[in-house]
Amino acid sequence: MTGTIIESRNLCLYYGRSQALKEINMSIPEKSVTAIIGPSGCGKSTFLRCLNRMNDLVPDVKITGNLIFRGGDVYSKGVDVVRLRKDIGMVFQKPNPFPMSIYDNVAYGPRIHGIKKKGDLNEIVERSLRQAALWDELKDRLNDSALGISGGQQQRLCIARCLAVGPEVILMDEPCSALDPIATAKIEDLMRELKSMYTIVIVTHNMQQAARASDRTAFFLMGELIEFDDTKKIFETPANKRTEDYITGRFG
Amino acid sequence: MAVNIRYLKDQLGILLLWTCGALTLGIMLMITLYILWNGLPIISLGFLSADPIQGGKSGGIFPTIVATLFITIIALILSAPLSIGGAIYMAEYAGENTLTRLVRFGADSLAGIPSIIIGLFGYLLFVSYTKLGFSLISGSLAVAFMAMPIILRVSEEAIKVVPESYKHGSLAIGATKWQTIRKVVLPTAIPGIITGLMLGMGRVVGETAVFLLTTGSVAQIPTSLSSAVRPMTVHMYIIATENISLPYAFGTAATLLIIVLIITLTSNYITRRYFVKLGGRR
Repeated sequence: MTGTIIESRNLCLYYGRSQALKEINMSIPEKSVTAIIGPSGCGKSTFLRCLNRMNDLVPDVKITGNLIFRGGDVYSKGVDVVRLRKDIGMVFQKPNPFPMSIYDNVAYGPRIHGIKKKGDLNEIVERSLRQAALWDELKDRLNDSALGISGGQQQRLCIARCLAVGPEVILMDEPCSALDPIATAKIEDLMRELKSMYTIVIVTHNMQQAARASDRTAFFLMGELIEFDDTKKIFETPANKRTEDYITGRFG
Repeated sequence: MAVNIRYLKDQLGILLLWTCGALTLGIMLMITLYILWNGLPIISLGFLSADPIQGGKSGGIFPTIVATLFITIIALILSAPLSIGGAIYMAEYAGENTLTRLVRFGADSLAGIPSIIIGLFGYLLFVSYTKLGFSLISGSLAVAFMAMPIILRVSEEAIKVVPESYKHGSLAIGATKWQTIRKVVLPTAIPGIITGLMLGMGRVVGETAVFLLTTGSVAQIPTSLSSAVRPMTVHMYIIATENISLPYAFGTAATLLIIVLIITLTSNYITRRYFVKLGGRR
């Protein structure tokens, strides 16, 4: 763990009149896995979507405070959102490969960012699929439709698609909630592999997953950040009573 | 006892609905078969490739087939870009507001206007006011109005049903909105857009009233856009109502039917091939 890559300062978010995030202060360390846990509606996904401005797509959202990434505020005027999302990619709850071939899915990102040479694309596709631990499974099926592979493979393909544009941060919004335990374990292994090169922020409903796969854990409740600490500390000796109640299953 | 009555009602319901379905299919089959039965014996290579003689009493229908195909192609070239562009704007950019509701209402109203009124409008605007005369281009322009609302609405729906998750997936790795539309949304919506084009084409091919007022009725191969032409439907109308040759009207009808069938089957085939390529299971 070296330094902070994303820092949230007094971040508040409103959907119309209702406040979904309240004064979030949080420093996300680079090249590590940060898990965000909390009951449904606590704002964890909302927070995640702030990081690469996916909330821009929701009408009527107002954001105050600062979100610092690489020294600049993500929400300041003149920020190139397209560039931001290239640096901070996202993987969604439900695997969402495009209805194209496996190859084209991975090559999609590099292509839209202007890489045209077949050789370069081949290289990126292979590297990304290898990083997502898919190359050996799919190398003979690159021209098959991405919709024909299993759900777990689809989700890893989405991770490969995200890696192919060379991001620094990968946001994962409950990436395993639609997967079976074996596929889930593979994604968790992958996160452990990838954190040497990327910063991963994962929102999860599954507390065991946070405990297993993350270095630091943030507990959100009703739009507030209750506690943020090393994962071991959160799960063994939480400082806050509400964190303890949640992780021991007393509510949520 | 109550159970039995309920069971009986259930069976009766099924029977009733089955009858409705069977009747619909039956009527359609009856019309098609009747036309083919009367028309197919007329169709021959000579009939398809020769000019009409004595206003259609004998000879063939070649110029009318050419006229119909030209009008269809020109009308689609005119209406498709506008309609599909409009559909993209409505589905992806405009959002739900008064303007889009107005455009949608306008398109629906346009689709509902009786074709003879479009014909009259085409006659006044193209044939007479802009002095394009009774011609291939006047007819194509007028009938483009008929195709436009269908292509627009069907394409709009096709674009709207592209899952949000595809768009998010694309935007989340740094694609611009236009890249997302061009590379993810439109390719996914293509089968639906093709369906819209086919429905629009169907309207053009089968149109009659508009042509009566705009294309003239000279059964000749058009040499330019301003040539007067006689589409198949007009030919059919004239030789049937002016008592020239009912059998030849049936022959023309059967030919038209077969052309429409070929268009439909081809587009279905293309769409299906496309889906196999995408791997989408519908």
